[in-house]
Amino acid sequence: MASSCLESSAVPTNSVGVVTPQSIQFDKSIKLAGGGELASFKLMYETYGELNADRSNAVLICHALSGHHHAAGYHDLADRRTIGWWDNCIGPGKPIDTNLFYVIALNNLGGCHGSTGPTSNRPDDGEPFGSDFPQVTVSDWVKSQALLADALDIRRFAAVIGGSLGGMQALQWAIDYPGRVRNALLIACAPNLSAQNIAFNEIARQAILTDRNFHQGKYLDASSNPADGLGTARMLGHVTYLSAEGMNEKFGGDFENPNAEAAHDVVGEVTSYLQYNGQKFANMFDANTYLLMTHALDSFDPARVYDGNLVAALRQITARLLVVSFSTDWRFAPERSREIVDAAIAADCDVSYVDIESISGHDSFLLEIPRYHRILKAYMKEISDKLNS
Amino acid sequence: MKQADDLIIDLVNANARVLDLGCGDGELLSRLSTTKSVTGYGVERDQSHIEACLARGVNVIEHDIDDGLDRFPTDSFDMVIMNETLQAIAAPRHLVREMLRVGEECVVTFPNFAYWSCRQQLFFGGHMPVSNHLPHQWYDTPNIHLCTIRDFDRMCREDNVNVISRFVFNRTGVQTLGTRIFRNIFGVTAFYRLGRI
Repeated sequence: MASSCLESSAVPTNSVGVVTPQSIQFDKSIKLAGGGELASFKLMYETYGELNADRSNAVLICHALSGHHHAAGYHDLADRRTIGWWDNCIGPGKPIDTNLFYVIALNNLGGCHGSTGPTSNRPDDGEPFGSDFPQVTVSDWVKSQALLADALDIRRFAAVIGGSLGGMQALQWAIDYPGRVRNALLIACAPNLSAQNIAFNEIARQAILTDRNFHQGKYLDASSNPADGLGTARMLGHVTYLSAEGMNEKFGGDFENPNAEAAHDVVGEVTSYLQYNGQKFANMFDANTYLLMTHALDSFDPARVYDGNLVAALRQITARLLVVSFSTDWRFAPERSREIVDAAIAADCDVSYVDIESISGHDSFLLEIPRYHRILKAYMKEISDKLNS
Repeated sequence: MKQADDLIIDLVNANARVLDLGCGDGELLSRLSTTKSVTGYGVERDQSHIEACLARGVNVIEHDIDDGLDRFPTDSFDMVIMNETLQAIAAPRHLVREMLRVGEECVVTFPNFAYWSCRQQLFFGGHMPVSNHLPHQWYDTPNIHLCTIRDFDRMCREDNVNVISRFVFNRTGVQTLGTRIFRNIFGVTAFYRLGRI
């Protein structure tokens, strides 16, 4: 990966430049939906752009399964690998324009990038939580994000935005805090998980749980890491984020007309690609956090507290919704987005829906697809115009 | 067509809930929202139109009307509008029925194929009519179900559709004595307000 380490330390155009993560400590206990409780907790976050005088231009970015607070800019300009995970979308002149908005991105509770999570030490005995960390839900995340907003004195977000699991948080925000969200952008997400989604998550969890280095979740105490299991979980997840067409294009497989040599290359390339990504992930992510995030995904169902009636759940919403899906996403297929849209129409919500043509499957939401970014830019610009009118 | 839009704005009640099929750049919905506090959605499949709707803050659903209105619940709108789109629909008769299921009333506008110039081009020229209003050659036209005012009236009778009102415009979008008396000859665009019987 030497090619991504550029010597130049100039700020790339349209970048927010070098950013420094911040942390905030909450010394008030938070009760979690699953029955657990944390006596205190810390959240890591970053901000980009300037908060306007009436504090109305704040935008919250909610991250997906493996995301964190570093959404845009660089931690170190000399090392371009330190780029934020959604830098192509957040910055001056980009779709989420930091000339117009004050953007906040955080690492969720239970994460492993500095916010209180399984790798944090327990306040009582100073030992890592590990598998004793209480299970959190999407609602809990939204609640903790609202506490962060309180601390930053932001009463109402111009927009709450997220893709995948992040989109689910944006939807939960709109339901749980209708007065605090003007717009919710729900990208590549679903109103709940399908049996197939849950099955994939369960296989990923089993890969971790059966790793001999897992030690019933106490691997940190044993100075160990279930890297093989976590790597396998990531490989499986990764494949579900791609599409068949996208993989054929990436690996050059001609499966309609295979010849021995080409087929051999495909096997080698797929294998090394998956192993590289699996290992890279296993070295920078925590297995207990992965388990916790997939459980949070599995349990997501905002309709549950409304007797399973999604329309009733969405009747709480006053925010305008933009729902975006991608044509080859089979993890959270366009049809699942349409379920949200149909329920939103039945609930009389302001909602718009676009389905973006893409061969990149679920991963599309992180990519710079021209139509996708044009749509986001047009929508965000209109939000800003309305704030200023 | 501006005259059709003006008429719709006149006849839609304040605070009505409207569905605009083939909403284009969202101008009509935007005007309805400003002047009549109307809420609702545009349905569109054209990408640049969808972006234009989002840019002006109009709710728009990316959807091909030919895939039907199954997704929209019965009686969920006060008014369903379809402006200059009927002739390009795969199953127009079914769609009009569906519009009246989803909405209490609907507005349908379409080009009148029995306009004298169309008749003349067919009768004397022996070719498919091409004009400002129907600008396509036969081989690349999206207009697969052109009809006349008489045809549409007949369909409404057969389907027990209540024609609440009907306006017929000439080439410049004006209602004249000619378009009132000999509407199927001098009418270029027909505007129907329909309801259930």
